[in-house]
Amino acid sequence: MIETTHIHKSFGKLKVLNGISFKTNKGECIALIGPNGCGKTTLIKCLLGMVVPDSGTLKFNDKDIAKDWAYRSQIGYMPQIGRYPENMRIGQVMDMLTDIRQKTDGLDEDLINAFSLKTLYNKRMGTLSGGTMQKVSASIAFLFRPDVLILDEPTAGLDPISAEMLKEKVLAEKRNGKLILITSHILSELDDLVSHIMYMQDGNLLFYKPIDELKAELGETKLAKAVAHFMKQTMS
Amino acid sequence: MMKIVKYILLDILRNKIVIAYTMFLLAISFSVFSLEDSTQKGLLSLLNLILFIVPLVSIIFSTIYVYNSSEFIELLLSQPIRRKTIWLSLFAGLSGALSFAFIIGVAIPVLFYCNSITGLMMILMGLLISVIFVSIAMLAAVKTRDKAKGIGLSILLWLYFSLLFDGLVLFLLFQFADYPLEKAMIVISTLNPLDLGRIMILLKMDVSALMGYTGAIFKNFFGTQKGMSISLFIMLLWVFLPLLYSLRKFNRKDL
Repeated sequence: MIETTHIHKSFGKLKVLNGISFKTNKGECIALIGPNGCGKTTLIKCLLGMVVPDSGTLKFNDKDIAKDWAYRSQIGYMPQIGRYPENMRIGQVMDMLTDIRQKTDGLDEDLINAFSLKTLYNKRMGTLSGGTMQKVSASIAFLFRPDVLILDEPTAGLDPISAEMLKEKVLAEKRNGKLILITSHILSELDDLVSHIMYMQDGNLLFYKPIDELKAELGETKLAKAVAHFMKQTMS
Repeated sequence: MMKIVKYILLDILRNKIVIAYTMFLLAISFSVFSLEDSTQKGLLSLLNLILFIVPLVSIIFSTIYVYNSSEFIELLLSQPIRRKTIWLSLFAGLSGALSFAFIIGVAIPVLFYCNSITGLMMILMGLLISVIFVSIAMLAAVKTRDKAKGIGLSILLWLYFSLLFDGLVLFLLFQFADYPLEKAMIVISTLNPLDLGRIMILLKMDVSALMGYTGAIFKNFFGTQKGMSISLFIMLLWVFLPLLYSLRKFNRKDL
């Protein structure tokens, strides 16, 4: 579904992405992990066309995204820090997005109901707490039943119950055979969720392989331990 | 695209500055016309006020608005929308709102008190100047990432167009007083949309005699059909060149 070849990106002198190449398939649930500042969010923003790579190509369903924009209708994106027009209300943002996408039927309102967001529809975006903002972002990401879900630190700031609801939703979508890309630093919550691990460090993609393979290789049964094991190896 | 323009217009109307601007223009226009007994004189006073206020409000408001809608732009970028559509919608929304304010605030009083070709020319120039300064503001906003720097740049640009440029021209005129500069003045005046607008209106007012020999040359050039269309074309260039350049920049900008 998504294929990248030799993506390079630098901000000034800082090299953020250093030749990233990978190819993902439908039905995979990928955990994108790595230390802070290794380029995870930049990579995601490249996939969405929000950051333009210096060189390299990105393909979505075998189509180059540099000239294309319609492919974004098949992506649900939940940003790390949601930024919304401050004087719009939650309901207005939702209405605007459905209006722009011209899709009114067959919307996936599971998360809106689960988080009971409808009771908050009159609140202005500028007055929301960080957690509520995350709930709005998550609901928007799932709203249009996209084929690909990109979740950037989805559970950061959510209370345990809401985080659990979101996890349930991700699992359900995984069973529906969607491609899901999650970045997170809480490895324990990824354990029963993901099927593949993508590990980045200093702008390089160190590996991308199925989780079982990784666990077998490192002789650990828990993802957290396996990754910690690996991180120690690369650091030393 | 129309949908996004609609949301931007709604947002601009909600933030009330444009409404205050409209009221301000309306108050100025009516008071100028009721203070002066001859409408020609009223128009002249109004012209000077407009050439001062309209570009200032257009450029500052648009710059701040573009910075403040960075969240809106980011939200739309993750949706299936072209970057070009987003940027041009912003331009259309801003210039639409500011032109609307100008029409209510100035065009209606002018048509009411002085329904002449001069009045019409002034309305046309005012509208063009509003749009030109929106376009320049968008260029300033896309060039600089930092909001304070961007607003500073806009203020400098406004100062340049409304004060510094005239100073430079005067300086040139005095330095090269021994040479015939009249033809060169025509070219120089196209470098500033405000000057171009002012000349176009003044020539319609028959006060060009006051500008001496240069005025006669201006009348000879800008007074003709051809000169008029050339200067209108140049005004349009002032709208589209900064806009297209900013669009190019925006297409490659990282958000």
